[in-house]
Amino acid sequence: MATANGSEAAQGLRMIAPPLVYAILMLAIPLLTILTYSFLTDGYQTIIREFTLENYRAVWGDPIFRTLMLRSLFVAGLVTLVTVVLAFPVAYFLSFVVAPRHKAVWIFLITIPFWTSYLIRVFLWKVILGYNGVINSGLKSLGIIEQPLSFLLYNTGSIVVTLAHAYAPFAILPIYVALEKIDRSLLEAGRDLGESRLMTFWRVTLPLAMPGVLAAVLIVFIPTIGDYVTPTLIGGGKIPMVANLIQAQMLDIDNKPLGSAIAVTAMAIVGVLALVFLFLNRRFLKVRQ
Amino acid sequence: MRGGGLRAYALLYLLFLYAPILLLPIFAFNSGTIIAFPLQGLTTQWFEQMWANATLRRALGNSLTIAFSAAVLATCLAIFAARASTRYRFPGKGGALGLIMMPLILPEIIVGLSLLVVLLAVGVRLSILTIIIGHTLICMPYAVAILTTAFSSLDRSLEEAAYDLGETKWSAFRLVILPLVMPGIISAMLMSFTISLDDFIIAFFMGGNEPTLPTYIFSQLRFPKSIPMIMAVGTVLVMMSILLLAIAEYFRRRGAARTGQTSSGGLL
Repeated sequence: MATANGSEAAQGLRMIAPPLVYAILMLAIPLLTILTYSFLTDGYQTIIREFTLENYRAVWGDPIFRTLMLRSLFVAGLVTLVTVVLAFPVAYFLSFVVAPRHKAVWIFLITIPFWTSYLIRVFLWKVILGYNGVINSGLKSLGIIEQPLSFLLYNTGSIVVTLAHAYAPFAILPIYVALEKIDRSLLEAGRDLGESRLMTFWRVTLPLAMPGVLAAVLIVFIPTIGDYVTPTLIGGGKIPMVANLIQAQMLDIDNKPLGSAIAVTAMAIVGVLALVFLFLNRRFLKVRQ
Repeated sequence: MRGGGLRAYALLYLLFLYAPILLLPIFAFNSGTIIAFPLQGLTTQWFEQMWANATLRRALGNSLTIAFSAAVLATCLAIFAARASTRYRFPGKGGALGLIMMPLILPEIIVGLSLLVVLLAVGVRLSILTIIIGHTLICMPYAVAILTTAFSSLDRSLEEAAYDLGETKWSAFRLVILPLVMPGIISAMLMSFTISLDDFIIAFFMGGNEPTLPTYIFSQLRFPKSIPMIMAVGTVLVMMSILLLAIAEYFRRRGAARTGQTSSGGLL
């Protein structure tokens, strides 16, 4: 603990120093290193300290990067849409229907699957959807199908299902928090002024819940873009996404400058998209809760 | 009952969330060598195979060492961050906390690979230690989030009363604040432990040749004949996670009760 003297600011800075120094050393410096590398030249095994924009030119000119980036954006967009649309009614149910004393139990139940091993959950989807997997063998033993369905695994659809399952709690919780903040008397006022239930929902509840929905969209979209495990396992290596490309360039091919340029470009694209998304929805963020 | 349709939907949704996990124990005790219906007989051979596996035991040992170290380190660092964020105002506070919380929104592969590049560049050899470094970084934001809630519910006057009664800053912290936030600390540690135990990406890229449970599982997924044993390992891993979380939730609620709030919040 700091000594009793010293201004509040100095004490605060001293207090936050240990975690801050750790985050600077282990996160800020590595991220800046990647940024620097992306402007340097690769010289097999070493990195030549020579400024260049060649890596970025290579990234933008590379059809593989474009294909993988577009695929990642498409998959992440679809996952986000599915997750948020499926999650909204659950969040609504939690906030408006469940009795207050049961809320904690429901939230606990919803968050538990999120805390169990991500790898195991992804692998389970592979087991479920596989050629000789749970669904196929189940349907076969029930006599519904003769031949296993081969379209279940190793495609974009199976990646979307797996990711939508993995990120479900991320979408529910922010929406739930936003719904909880809504002043219930506003809803009554809406009803008293002659609005129907549906119109009250559309004109009062939904706009007030939008900050939560926007948060849910970003919280699901950003990590799914960079997902590595699901395309590797569920896509069977046939449907790589941008994370697989970064990993391959950085480690397998060992072209760190090019890998860094891909990583920086991908992050920049995601960052710009997030900002545009927030800008387009700015009127909802001004809503006073 | 109100909201019958919504309730049915929510229950279906829970079923969707839990369906994959429920398959784990079913097939871990099934004697068939492939994961498919119809079920064969009941067996515990996959669990026996699991206990007899030396690499797996090594992976388990590594995982527990890493998870314990990362949980302690992340929680200690998070105590400082949470205390600073709830008690003091200082310039650059938003930026500092933003950086500390950043691993929450960055794709883990970016966090992992950039850290890996730097560690390799300064000549660090990959080992359990490098995984601990990475896990501490990704566990810290979760611990900060839990501890910020714990610290922000503290009543400032309790602390001031301790000063008036002649306690020093440190002894007031130890005697008054620490006991009040203890449930939060335990909860943050358990949460970090679980995150570290389950993490694959960082362990995979930063572990060199040292296996952890998730990386060992990943390496075995290529071999169809070890899949039933992996179901057994998965069952144990999931049971451990649920147990730890239940304990964490218990302490979180006890902490909330101790500082006199009503708690209906979740773990996130």
